Amino acid sequence: MLEAVRAESARHNAHVLAVGVKIGELSGVESESLRFCFEALVQDTDLAPLALEIERLPWRNRCRQCAQEFAVEEYRTECPQCGSAETEMASGRELEFAYMEIEET
Amino acid sequence: MTRVPLERKVLNENDRLAAELRQGFLRHGTCCLNLISSPGSGKTMLLERTLASFEPGRRVAVLTGDIQTDNDAQRLARYGFPVRQITTGGACHLDARMVTNALAEWQPDSIDLLLIENVGNLVCPSSYDLGEEARVVLLSVTEGEDKPLKYPATFHRADLVVLNKVDLLPYVPFRMDLAREYIRRVQPDAEIVEVSCTTGEGLDGWLQWIDGRSRRKSEVGSQKSEVRSQKSEAGS
Repeated sequence: MLEAVRAESARHNAHVLAVGVKIGELSGVESESLRFCFEALVQDTDLAPLALEIERLPWRNRCRQCAQEFAVEEYRTECPQCGSAETEMASGRELEFAYMEIEET
Repeated sequence: MTRVPLERKVLNENDRLAAELRQGFLRHGTCCLNLISSPGSGKTMLLERTLASFEPGRRVAVLTGDIQTDNDAQRLARYGFPVRQITTGGACHLDARMVTNALAEWQPDSIDLLLIENVGNLVCPSSYDLGEEARVVLLSVTEGEDKPLKYPATFHRADLVVLNKVDLLPYVPFRMDLAREYIRRVQPDAEIVEVSCTTGEGLDGWLQWIDGRSRRKSEVGSQKSEVRSQKSEAGS
C-alpha cells in the first residue's frame, strides 16, 4: 500500500494526505489489524501524516435465477426473493484502493 | 486538496505474479492444486497417500510450505517424486513469489500435476492466489463441523472440500450432515469427498477428482507438445 502511495505522490508531485481502501467482509483482512500496521509503518517517515480511510463492504450475493442482489447474513446464501439456492457472490472479497487525497506541493 | 480515484487491488503484485504462474501452467498443461487447512487436518498425510498411489513415471511434483523445518518435505520425498520445501520463516501463508522462486529450478514442462501444500492456517492463505487451477480445503472430523462458518473466506473459495479422518467418526461428536450443510451454505458449488488417510476409505473419490482435473489440463498440454514436436520436426 505504501509503495502505491509513494508512486502516486511522485506521479502528481504532491503529498498524499489520505488513502482510501475498500475491504470486503470475506477478504480475510481485519480492519483494525491493518490500521495498526499501517500506522506503525507510516510513523516517523516522510509519509506522515497519512490517514487511512477504510470502507467495509458487506458480503452480497446475486441470484442466478431472478437477478436479485441481497446482503448475506448468517451465511444464508439462498435468494430471499425467489428462494433459489443458485446464487453467486456480487461483492465482499475486495481488497482495493479506492482513492487518495493529495495536496499539491 | 484533491481526491484522486484509484481503482486497483492492494495485492496487485501478488495477483500479477499469480497470473504469470497461471499462464505458465496453462502453457505447459500443468494442473496446480492449492491445499489449505488448519494445522493437523492431514494435508501431508493425504499427499503421502496420493503419491503412494501414483505410478513411478507420473509427472507430479510437490511444494510444501511450513513456517519452520523441512520435516514434511522429508516425509514426502520418500515416494520418489520431486518435492521442495518452502520455509516461510514466519509468514503464515504462501504467496505467488515464493511459488515462483521454488519452481525456478524445475523444468516447467516436466510437471503435469503440481500439488502445493500451503502453511496450516484457515485464514491468511485464502487471500493469496498462487496461480492454482483449484483450491482444495481439508477439514478433519476431529475439528468442529462449524469450521466453514467460522472461516467462511477460505471455504468460500474452495473447489473441493476433503472431509478427512472419517475413521474417527465413531469416537468424536462430529456431525457429518451439519458439516455438509455448513459447507453448502458458504459455497454451494464446492464438491465434497469423505476420506480416511489411515484406512484408505474414500481415497478413490479424491484420486478420481484429481484425475478429472489433471486430464482436462493435460489435453491442453498435449496439444501444445504436439505443436512443439511438429516445430522441432520442421526444424530438423
